[in-house]
Amino acid sequence: MITPEQRAEFRTHFRYNVGRRLVLDKIVKGTVFLCVVVAIVPLVAILVNVFTNGSAALSWDFLTKIPGAVGSDDPGGIGPAIQGTIVLIGLSSLIGVPVGVMGGIFLSEYGNNRYGRTVRFFNDVLAEFPTIVIGVFVFVLVVLTIGNFSVWAGSFALSIVMLPIIMRTTEESLKLVPVTYREAGYALGIRRYRVVFTIVLNSAKNGLVTGILLSVARIAGETAPLVFTILGSSQFINGLDGPIDALPLRIWRLSSLPYDSAVTQGWGAAFVLIILVLSINIGVRYLFLRKKEKTFSKFKRLGAIS
Amino acid sequence: MMETVTKTPTKESSAEDIKYKLIAENISASYDGIVAVKNVSMKFRDRAVTALIGPSGCGKTTFLRCLNRMHELTKNATLTGRVLLDGEDLYSNKVDPIINRRKIGMVFQKPNPFPTMSIYDNVACGLKLNGVRDKKILDEVVEGCLKMASLWDEVKGDLKKPGMSLSGGQQQRLCIARALAIQPEVLLMDEPASALDPIATQKIEEMIQELKKEYTIIIVTHNMQQATRVSDYTGFMYLGDLVEFGETKQIFENPRNETTAKYVQGQFG
Amino acid sequence: MMAIKMKKGSPHVDKIFKYVAIGAATYVLAIIALIVFNLGSGSAQVWQQEGISFLTGSDWNSVEGRESYGAAPYIMGTLVNAGIAMAIAIPLSFGIGMFLSELSPRLLRTPLAMVIELLAAVPSVVYGLWGLLVFRSYIRDWIEVPLHNIFGDNSIIFAGTPFGLDILTASIVLAIMIIPTIASISKEIMLAVPNSQREAAYMLGATKWEAFRLAVLPYSKSGLIGASILGLGRAVGETMAVTMLIGNATGAAAFPSSLFQPGQTMASIMANEFAEASQGGLHLAALVGIGLILFMMAFAINVVAHLLVAKVVKSHEGAVLA
Repeated sequence: MITPEQRAEFRTHFRYNVGRRLVLDKIVKGTVFLCVVVAIVPLVAILVNVFTNGSAALSWDFLTKIPGAVGSDDPGGIGPAIQGTIVLIGLSSLIGVPVGVMGGIFLSEYGNNRYGRTVRFFNDVLAEFPTIVIGVFVFVLVVLTIGNFSVWAGSFALSIVMLPIIMRTTEESLKLVPVTYREAGYALGIRRYRVVFTIVLNSAKNGLVTGILLSVARIAGETAPLVFTILGSSQFINGLDGPIDALPLRIWRLSSLPYDSAVTQGWGAAFVLIILVLSINIGVRYLFLRKKEKTFSKFKRLGAIS
Repeated sequence: MMETVTKTPTKESSAEDIKYKLIAENISASYDGIVAVKNVSMKFRDRAVTALIGPSGCGKTTFLRCLNRMHELTKNATLTGRVLLDGEDLYSNKVDPIINRRKIGMVFQKPNPFPTMSIYDNVACGLKLNGVRDKKILDEVVEGCLKMASLWDEVKGDLKKPGMSLSGGQQQRLCIARALAIQPEVLLMDEPASALDPIATQKIEEMIQELKKEYTIIIVTHNMQQATRVSDYTGFMYLGDLVEFGETKQIFENPRNETTAKYVQGQFG
Repeated sequence: MMAIKMKKGSPHVDKIFKYVAIGAATYVLAIIALIVFNLGSGSAQVWQQEGISFLTGSDWNSVEGRESYGAAPYIMGTLVNAGIAMAIAIPLSFGIGMFLSELSPRLLRTPLAMVIELLAAVPSVVYGLWGLLVFRSYIRDWIEVPLHNIFGDNSIIFAGTPFGLDILTASIVLAIMIIPTIASISKEIMLAVPNSQREAAYMLGATKWEAFRLAVLPYSKSGLIGASILGLGRAVGETMAVTMLIGNATGAAAFPSSLFQPGQTMASIMANEFAEASQGGLHLAALVGIGLILFMMAFAINVVAHLLVAKVVKSHEGAVLA
């Protein structure tokens, strides 16, 4: 047993380092706060630059006309790019959303077995694929076989990017629905598929839509898969088996041109793209996830936010 | 109507107060807007065990955490009052809390040894934190504290084993050794045996009887039988008030307050 | 007595539904198999021609009759680019994670976390545009030119007149892009450390930093490593911003040497040279081959990351069930 006298003796060995420890504590706190500032500055800088430089380019003509000849007086607009992005998003969603949702339903309702684990693992693999590799794949599979760049190829590529995200966010949303809801349905004699469609999907509606919207925002900004598949174009769409332009691709092309007008147009296109992507992200947060921070951070980790 | 049987505390220490190691004066505490402790004052004798009993939510744990300045770490916490250790105000602005916290050790409800550290490192980490580097001193303190915690014989063969490899009861005794290593004068225990089986509980209770020979011990417990076995004094708290305080024998056999009587007879809890 | 007709559904549709769901899930496996197969077959030509020297060689000659390709400079370029980005991003991300989990006032936590997420939502091509038109001048004038003036051509890594479109700029912008990934996972991992651990440290008289060092850091170590490796996986696959900023070197000149020289990563050479190679032939096979290497690298990195994070979940359970 250590007596009070012995305790006092031991305490003499405590160094009077408290001052130093408190200073170190303050330094660490300051450094850590600085880290946060360093992270915020680029975001603010990008947004400020895009908004100020991009708004100079904005006009109805800019948003609707086709690009003019390179270096000419009339720089034209980015109409085809905007059309292209919208069409590509629409078409890839046609494949990506149903397959993704059904896949998510599989994982959540039928996936508690080895096959489910395998699918889940490879789904994660697909979600983390470098998107340029997906572009190359679609090039070899579709473009080379058919013989030309096309909207189909681009949509297919984007659907592959979109699919694993929707599949996982759907699974997570469905898993949040309590098992008792399903059991109540089965107890009433309702078949599994009706339980899923009318009860489970309904309760998970918000999460599902959130996941889909976030994946749309993600593919709207994807350039790499498009490099190999749509070629880009200065014209509006001429059939789904022909080339098409898209906002991210146009930005990339414009950035390499030495003309001031091209630079301005690049900022303008970036402006439009950022508005589209950020409004989906912010909108989703405020509409659906006001109180569900946990779900949102899970979705983030699943790649819904690039 | 409830009677409070606490003595009104005097501001200066009187001769009588000298045999009290720890004095809590007019402690009122809240967190998250909920008032948990309402103007509670208590005096704790040296070399004795004082138990705090009361139903769930009565504020006994919050009060305990006020004694070593842990309460202010809770979110939205407020606190008024003083805590005097050997006459010195622990809440004075002149001394940083981190110094005052090490004067009082604490053991928590669920054993929480540091999982990545060995048994030795778990006990020694408080010392290292406070600047002790001398290996001889560290070894001496580690052995002394593990002996006081009745754990030495069971682990002396291999102190480098991870702390988590011990059983629940052993882990709790490890946490007690860890708390004792920083040479506190007072040991606070928040329901230390509630997560343990009866045999481990018994070991801890026996250890407390040994420890009180040289320490002031304050133990919060929801187990009334434990309070009768282990403590010399008992304070009964209810809805944030200190209802009655006195010798354990008197509180349980002859409570002066009606609510106390109802509680110790098991009529509510 | 009213009989309420409830739509219970038919057993046949139920079966079809199940198979459709299984089919959708299998689609994923099929796509991956197809990708691997296609990358293999699309690059077969270059593997036949170059063999293992495709991985080790640094030729990059697309002149007909003398075609020769080696991916080594770009593999190195990817690793160096990602490595520098990680060196910048990891400390910043851990700091942000620590701020969000330990220090930030409750009210600030959500808006700050949202700002970090918005960083992740900005498309890669916009990072590239901004880097190209704005940021690179700052890097050149405030970092590269001073460093070059101090160390000059005597040092390897600061040699060459800096123009701003080089490995350093690409790495810095890449670092900004992977910070959200690492920071948000780090924050989650740190928040997952039970508060009782911190309290034990405070009880011993620890300052906030010491409590973090004693209680949170050791507990989170493998999770933080997992988060970093996930960031590495992202960095390796990042294409557009890097392509726009790294300068487009090819062949042996693309071996990373000076921070101020143009470089090339696997992703960027694919984007840069695609237009030339789209006709087919050995050049295209070389690019597809690089795609295959990139895929395998990213796959390996992500598998390791997932194993580490899974281990964290398991060990937490073990510790919590004390």
